[in-house]
Amino acid sequence: MALLQISEPGESPDPHQRRLAVGIDLGTTHSLAATVRSGTAQVLPDEEGRPLLPSIVRYLPDGRAVVGYAAREAQADDPANTIVSVKRFMGRGVADVAKYGALPYRFVDAPGMVAIETQAGVRSPVQVSAEILRVLRDRAQRALDGEIFGAVVTVPAYFDDSQRQATKDAARLAGLNVLRLLNEPTAAAIAYGLDHASEGKFAIFDLGGGTFDISILRLTRGVFEVLATNGDSALGGDDFDQAIAVHWRKAHGLADAGGRETRRLLAAARTVKEQLSDAEEADVHVTLSYGQKLHLHLRREELEALTAGLVQRALGPTRKALRDARLDPKDVDGVVLVGGATRMPQVQRAVEHFFGKPPLKDLDPDQVVALGAAIQANVLAGNRAAGDDWLLLDVIPLSLGLETMGGLVERVIPRNSTIPVARAQEFTTFKDGQAAMAIHVVQGERELVGDCRSLARFELRGIPPMVAGAARIQVTFQVDADGLLSVSAREKTSGTEASIVVKPSYGLSDDDVARMLQESFSHAGVDRDARALAEQRVEAASILGAVRAALGKDGDLLAKEERTRLEASMASVEAASAGTDHRAVKSAVEALNRASEAFAGRRMDRAISAALAGRKVDEVGK
Amino acid sequence: MTPDFAHNHFELLGLPVAFAVDPARLESRYRELQGRVHPDRFAAGSEAERRVAMQWATRANEAYRTLRDPLARARYLLQLRGFDTDEESNTSMPPDFLMQQMEWREAAADATRTHDVEALRRLEAELTRERRDMLERLERALDASHYDAGSSLVRKLRFLEKLEQEIDDALSP
Repeated sequence: MALLQISEPGESPDPHQRRLAVGIDLGTTHSLAATVRSGTAQVLPDEEGRPLLPSIVRYLPDGRAVVGYAAREAQADDPANTIVSVKRFMGRGVADVAKYGALPYRFVDAPGMVAIETQAGVRSPVQVSAEILRVLRDRAQRALDGEIFGAVVTVPAYFDDSQRQATKDAARLAGLNVLRLLNEPTAAAIAYGLDHASEGKFAIFDLGGGTFDISILRLTRGVFEVLATNGDSALGGDDFDQAIAVHWRKAHGLADAGGRETRRLLAAARTVKEQLSDAEEADVHVTLSYGQKLHLHLRREELEALTAGLVQRALGPTRKALRDARLDPKDVDGVVLVGGATRMPQVQRAVEHFFGKPPLKDLDPDQVVALGAAIQANVLAGNRAAGDDWLLLDVIPLSLGLETMGGLVERVIPRNSTIPVARAQEFTTFKDGQAAMAIHVVQGERELVGDCRSLARFELRGIPPMVAGAARIQVTFQVDADGLLSVSAREKTSGTEASIVVKPSYGLSDDDVARMLQESFSHAGVDRDARALAEQRVEAASILGAVRAALGKDGDLLAKEERTRLEASMASVEAASAGTDHRAVKSAVEALNRASEAFAGRRMDRAISAALAGRKVDEVGK
Repeated sequence: MTPDFAHNHFELLGLPVAFAVDPARLESRYRELQGRVHPDRFAAGSEAERRVAMQWATRANEAYRTLRDPLARARYLLQLRGFDTDEESNTSMPPDFLMQQMEWREAAADATRTHDVEALRRLEAELTRERRDMLERLERALDASHYDAGSSLVRKLRFLEKLEQEIDDALSP
């Protein structure tokens, strides 16, 4: 990512036209939304003032979904229908999920990604995540009193293409316009304004409820690169609670009783742990189910002794990440704390000791990622203030390639390439008269296909008969600004061009999303048409605004008839928006999109020409 | 001038079509261009604008990536002049360079086997010097339109780069 000054002042819409934009941290244990109001990023709490939403979804027999705290309460009684930590399943297959050990779910081996059989039917992780995002979207809409224009959703830096695609699909399914997927550590860095520095190496130390992630970022020449990531998917604040509960059980001679007792002890442990971040000692009264009353007490130094091993466990991956980045702890210019568990003084001390400098901890570590995402969302929505006219550049975290003979990987786009990026590679046939070629797209750093993640397989058919080696098949990878890949292939020598575009197999087609949206509306009992109309109207207002602004600035690029045609198309959108048929609005918007395509191209040419013209003549290429 | 996809990387970034490139100027030109075309500038725009922006930003990244690296820049410049450096298929080298190449390879293999970090570092320094020298010769060759000589130097540099990478890997396992 990078910080770029735009030479022209941005087109800031007047305050009444501010577009509502949110940043969403879709986390493993909890999720939250934030927005920029009066120039500062703020979290959007629920109606009871709670900023966090537990990332837990419970499906009821009638098909409804309960999300958040209410779902968490039912977790113990209805584990099979209460999905926790769904983020771990995003874009993953059955074999990946098996690595997490025993889970109380009935997994279904759906193509591409696992699904979970619940009493409300089979649900994919994308649908489960969409339930969480929908709650946040509704929350934002209520708080901001309007339709949300768009959202920036964060993903871990190490998320591969299928996990990113699944996240974007979930957001679309929740009816969100995804302005950008943003890497979580980058979002944390933005929240602290680190992107305003010109150079630096930063460590983002993220100890959440159930996972630990360490990311090393380098900001050079304005681009945020991910130098290394590491972590422990089974280390988090919950383990600290566990250590305290085990200690009490021993101290009070409690038998390892059933789940209910354990949960009460864990809840008490959590309360005491949180109090000990500020106090030297804390206590709590717990009544066990068989009536026994317990007075539980803990001192901070006891807690620190009990959990010293856990803190050390986080430093192992940290060391590895630094080694991969070929850095010493002292080379790191800033350390950002993320995740609720980093509030514990012993964690902060350990980090400070390890890096030899105090970490940045002014922002709430549970909120820092969402706050950074909100800042970015605000800029992308076009709500720029003067001097706020910067641009962030991101990279792909993992290399993309193709399977070649012998199960080897041919790298097409190396990791840390600045996105968007496109690269083409040529292949040929190995048999006379070969009419089809199988193309297998993989992601990862290893040499063997088996060690990389398989993203997509497709076939290029209709290659005209030629001798082996004569065909020239060009496979093109395009990665967009969200880090999402599409692949196309064509045969170049023949006049008949065969071409195909694929999305990785985990991605949902637009039809899938439409169908799932419909299903979810019927479950939720929402007036689907009314909602669709509201969404289409926002879309219509957005494109009308964009085209109007473009006409105001560069209208001279159009011939009279062209302008008349475009204006007619705009009038149709306006007319359709005034009506109540969301399909009519949608088709009018699509027509306007097509009608404005050539104009968009010419405007871009002009922008580039302007960039070139601003230079001295003698500098321009001869 | 009307820029289009037919423009070469130098023209796109408003730089003279020559091997010598001022890195600071290249970077500021790249930022200026990316600041105008990047999809982030059009996230609130129409679908058509977003698509055009992605194509141009991709193009800008490609131009910057190519011109930033001297070897890629030389290769690209030669291609513009109709010379394909052909590094994968054309492995013919002058005999003296082949000899030198074998010596370096053996030295690298010996030092790697015996974990002789000092020797690897010495070899690395020697290769760095050699590379700097070759890049100077490359610049002179390209400036003088000696494209065959330029192509040959690009092939040699490609070899040096590979060997340096191997030594680097051996130094930081």
